[in-house]
Amino acid sequence: MITIQNISKRFGKLQVLDNVSLTLNGGQCVALIGPNGSGKTTLIKSILGMVMPQSGALLFKGNPVGQQWEYRRDIGYMPQIGRYPENMTIGQVLDMMKDIRKVPEAALDRDLFDVFELDKMLDKRMGTLSGGTRQKVSACLAFMFKPEVLILDEPTAGLDPVSTELLKDKILAEKNNNRLIIITSHVLSDLDDLATEVIYMQEGRPLFHKPLEVLKEETGTDRLAKAIARIMAKQGMKKGVTTV
Amino acid sequence: MSKIVKYVIADLLRSRAIMVYALVLLVLSISVFSIEDNADKGVVSLLNIILFVVPLVSIIFSTVYLYNSAEFIELLVSQPLKRRTIWMSIFTGLAGAVALAFLIGVGVPILLYAFTPSGIILLLSGMMLSLIFVSIAMWAAVRIRDKAKGIGLSILLWLYFALLFDALVLFILFQFSDYPIENGMVAVAMLNPIDISRILILLQVDISAMMGYTGAIFRNFFGTGWGMTITVLVLMAWTAVPVWFSLRFFKQKDL
Amino acid sequence: MGHAATIQVSATHRITSIKRALEIAVDGDTIQVYAGTYREGNIVIRKRVALIGVGNPVIDGEKQYEPISIFVPHVTVSGFTIKASGQSSVRDIAAVKLYETHHVTVADNVLDDNFFGIYLQGSKQCTIRNNRLTAYGKTEQVTGNGIHGWKSDSLVISGNTVVGHRDGIYLEFVTHTDVRDNQVLNNRRYGLHFMFSHENGYYDNAFTGNGSGVAVMYTKHVRMERNVFSENWGDAAYGLLLKEITDSHIEHNVFVRNTTGILMEGSNRVQIQHNQFEGNGWALKIQTSCMDNVLTQNNFVHNTFDVATNGSLMLNKFERNYWDKYEGYDLDKDREGDVPYRPVSLYSMVVEKYPMAMLLFRSFMVTLLDRTERVMPSLIPEDLKDDYPLMRPVVMAYAE
Repeated sequence: MITIQNISKRFGKLQVLDNVSLTLNGGQCVALIGPNGSGKTTLIKSILGMVMPQSGALLFKGNPVGQQWEYRRDIGYMPQIGRYPENMTIGQVLDMMKDIRKVPEAALDRDLFDVFELDKMLDKRMGTLSGGTRQKVSACLAFMFKPEVLILDEPTAGLDPVSTELLKDKILAEKNNNRLIIITSHVLSDLDDLATEVIYMQEGRPLFHKPLEVLKEETGTDRLAKAIARIMAKQGMKKGVTTV
Repeated sequence: MSKIVKYVIADLLRSRAIMVYALVLLVLSISVFSIEDNADKGVVSLLNIILFVVPLVSIIFSTVYLYNSAEFIELLVSQPLKRRTIWMSIFTGLAGAVALAFLIGVGVPILLYAFTPSGIILLLSGMMLSLIFVSIAMWAAVRIRDKAKGIGLSILLWLYFALLFDALVLFILFQFSDYPIENGMVAVAMLNPIDISRILILLQVDISAMMGYTGAIFRNFFGTGWGMTITVLVLMAWTAVPVWFSLRFFKQKDL
Repeated sequence: MGHAATIQVSATHRITSIKRALEIAVDGDTIQVYAGTYREGNIVIRKRVALIGVGNPVIDGEKQYEPISIFVPHVTVSGFTIKASGQSSVRDIAAVKLYETHHVTVADNVLDDNFFGIYLQGSKQCTIRNNRLTAYGKTEQVTGNGIHGWKSDSLVISGNTVVGHRDGIYLEFVTHTDVRDNQVLNNRRYGLHFMFSHENGYYDNAFTGNGSGVAVMYTKHVRMERNVFSENWGDAAYGLLLKEITDSHIEHNVFVRNTTGILMEGSNRVQIQHNQFEGNGWALKIQTSCMDNVLTQNNFVHNTFDVATNGSLMLNKFERNYWDKYEGYDLDKDREGDVPYRPVSLYSMVVEKYPMAMLLFRSFMVTLLDRTERVMPSLIPEDLKDDYPLMRPVVMAYAE
């Protein structure tokens, strides 16, 4: 569904994306992980058209995205920090998004809206909401239009445990609906139940891109966190060997 | 585009800053007009306040709003929308809200107390200045990523248009008073929208003095349909050009 | 001659021309001229007759002749439309010209499209009343003055309307004359222009929209009362220019919307009282060559600048005027401000020197400059101040 061909991006002296190539398909739930500053967010923003890569191409369903905007109809995005105009109410934010997407009311996915019980807070202003509630709104918006691709940037950050579980259930359900889901998270345990693929970013390039099962087999662990730790350790050793 | 504008305006109109701005203008205007027995004198007293406050509030408020809306703008960009649509909607929303606050704060008192040619010109130029300085704020905010620096730049820009430019003009005037600089000076004044607005008001309230030594120039320029057309076009350009540059930049900007 | 006869002239009467009537008339006769157009070249009056138009007859100078020339006293010309006099750069051709005479009355005529209107040369005790003079010249050169007096005395010029001439009313070496109730509008140069015309009075006239306003020079003992000077706009335009005027009175006049209300040069001992200065660019420009003038009980309202001068010396008295820009207070409630008012603003002096600086007037910087100077005077004349500025405008009793 998304093909990334040799894209590079530098901000000033900093090479944020270094010749990245990836192929992502429907039905996959991709865990995009890596240390801070490894280029995860920039990669996501490139897919969303928020950052313009200096070279390379990004294909969505086989079409280059370039300066296009229509393709984003098929993407739901949940940002890391959801900040909204302070004096808009939840209801207005939802209405605005509906106005933008022009999806008929009947075709909307209201699951999260219902489970998060947002209908009781429609008149609350965004400026008065807690971070967790704003995350709920963001999540709700990402799923509402039944997009084929979901991009979730740290979706569980700030959510209480109950809501986190509710959101994970929703993500699982959508995975089974043959959607492509891209998640970044620092909470690797969250990803265990969800991810089918793992992309590990380091210094602006994917260190590896493997199915989770393969990764677990290779490292001989059953938890993603442990698998990553093993790899890190191995890498460190390798580095140590080569430098010594 | 209107779908976003609608929500942006609704949001801004409930912002405390905008309400305070409208209220302060309203109180100021009403007190000025109730102290001055004559409408023209009231307009003159208001003139200084308006030329000073309107650009300042328009540019600072807009800049702060734009920086605070960075994440919201990102969210909009992730939606199936053209960047042009997003940026122009925000401009329209901001300009609309600031102009509306001005219209309530100054327009209502003018309608009540000074519905005269000078009052109407004051109202129109205040509206134009609101739009122009929102437009300049759009440019400043899009060019500079850092919020503190961005606000600093807009304060500097305001200082330049409100004070430094006039000092510069005065300096030129003294230095080159022996040369025929008259027509040049009218052109130079066109480089500052605050000066244009001020001169338009002067032509109403100080017409007798303006028709003196400098009369020929003013008559030949502002007195003709052509001159007025050019003036209005220049003011419109002052609104359009900064926002156009900012849009060009925004289209390519990494968020 | 037993008693005066009346001679009737018209196309249908026995006598069909004014000239013929004048030939047969004797002193004291009345010539009644009925409606019609009379093209008789130069009509010369050398008999003491009354030439009376009935039903508005027209005397046409055909752009060549001087329609009426009067050489004897006790002549009356009234009720005519006199138009299209000749023009000359050598001779001052007028619609009606009086040559060295006295006791002549020119009244109730319409003078249209003439070079000079009514020209009094060396005449005395004449009355010019209720005439309407209109000229259409595009430049000063092709237009003569409306009412022109030269070396004359004891004239009465009243109730006339003068439009579009070079100078509306021009007097040179004219003395003891009364100029009253005239409307002098939109003349090319000055509405009223006099020189060496002592002991004259100007009352209840309106001078509006004239090219350069009103200019009076080299004259003593003038009284100007209840006149309106308005909308005289331009580079060198003033409501009233006083050049070497002495021992005169300017009272109860209104100066409104002029580039300069009054410009005074070399004038001494002029009493300027109870005048209203409103909406002028400069209400008063008083040069340092003026001495011992007194300005009191005047109202200065809505003027861009109240007073301007060209130096630091000031030997005139400003006292008890109302200045709307005064921001002082009156703690002892005597209706006079407790701190002096300085009517000269710093920026008016700047503008005087650099006219283009007007462009920056009322800018924030300039306002700041002006306020600072008013609080701590350093450049404006120390002695130009009103020590007893009035807190309320003086109540004016206007003629209109």
